[in-house]
Amino acid sequence: MKIDDRVILTDADVHKSQPPLLYPPYRSTVLRAPAQPQIRVPEAYSDLTQPVYGHMAIGPGDADLTRQCPGGEPQGERIIVSGRLLDEDGRPVRNALIEVWQANAAGRYRHSRDAHPAPLDPYFIGAGRCETDAEGRYRFVSIKPGAYPWRNHENAWRPAHIHFSIFGQSFLTRLVTQMYFPSDPLFPYDPMMQSLPDDRVRQRLISTFDLGLTEPEWALGYRFDIVVRGPHSTPFEERA
Amino acid sequence: MADEKRLVASPSQTIGPFLHVGFESQVELKTLGSAATIKSAPLHLRIQVLDGVGAPIDDALVEIWQTAPGESDAPSAAVRNWGRCPTDTYGWCAFDTFTPASGVAEDGCRIAAHINICVFARGLLRHVFTRCYFAGDAALAGDPVLGLVPPTRRDTLVARSDGAGWTFQIRMQGADETVFFDL
Repeated sequence: MKIDDRVILTDADVHKSQPPLLYPPYRSTVLRAPAQPQIRVPEAYSDLTQPVYGHMAIGPGDADLTRQCPGGEPQGERIIVSGRLLDEDGRPVRNALIEVWQANAAGRYRHSRDAHPAPLDPYFIGAGRCETDAEGRYRFVSIKPGAYPWRNHENAWRPAHIHFSIFGQSFLTRLVTQMYFPSDPLFPYDPMMQSLPDDRVRQRLISTFDLGLTEPEWALGYRFDIVVRGPHSTPFEERA
Repeated sequence: MADEKRLVASPSQTIGPFLHVGFESQVELKTLGSAATIKSAPLHLRIQVLDGVGAPIDDALVEIWQTAPGESDAPSAAVRNWGRCPTDTYGWCAFDTFTPASGVAEDGCRIAAHINICVFARGLLRHVFTRCYFAGDAALAGDPVLGLVPPTRRDTLVARSDGAGWTFQIRMQGADETVFFDL
């Protein structure tokens, strides 16, 4: 499988590849972003590069979000989301835990704090997990999530997205991010997306439609490759 | 080589307010080891996360990681060295774990026992790392990482014993902002 060429950058690009902690247009950062400079820990004193153990067992149906509720299937456009997990040296990250969660097709989360007056789907929970294979590949089956309103500012809407949590071989490869869908008209208005330093960085969180992943008479395929830090690379604080 | 092509880590995005959809069913992850499975002393650690005005952050996810105290408690199916717990209405989460080991760095520095902590939350576009040490530990004075922290801020990294266990507060901002580490 060819690597999505949007993940290939130059050394110089590393330094503007992450969002800042404080980004006032995203209001929740104002009282939550640490204000003091972070303290750099020399690698010799950091035990975060050691392996992390203790992932939970993954069930056979955990990667198919359309078949988690007995008695029916969720409403919405069925999708396949697949890609590769690589480190910054281009090596596949094997046996990494990938967890996803998302709103339903109407843009509603199965969550007590979601007040959006859109219908819940009795056949959709919206959470899945899987482990990457020997090539770093992962694959989920789900339904396309809907956009939804939030109260960050007047008439604020989040573009459709799937939350991703990635746990590789050590804490340094930990990553929580969001995957978006191509050509969403809400991108220019979304503070999460706009918190990223430039359009090329934003592009990296947008999945691509992939006819090769698409299954005839069944589901559209979206490709989303993810890169996690290498073991000895620049801390995220220095990439914002 | 400034223009060498390489892969660059994907950008981080916030975990958002609905993280529980993904993680709520995993309550077992707040237990790293129990008295029945571990040989070193059990440790109950409560962590509270507070925002810049001291209000509890009730939608954070806290993950911890620590070194096992030795071969006896090496990670296995019964003992994990990583845990995860969402905060409650009052910003608290709690872990049942084991007393971490102190260690010696390659240069001979004595490293005080500590637990690594990673915080995710709505309003955090990237996760942040801190660590908690334990009050009364004689090794604190020589710990090389605490030594990098201005003396007036070291207290923000020290958990207190309350008889039933240890408590540690993480203040994201303010006069007594917790020290976060760039790793």
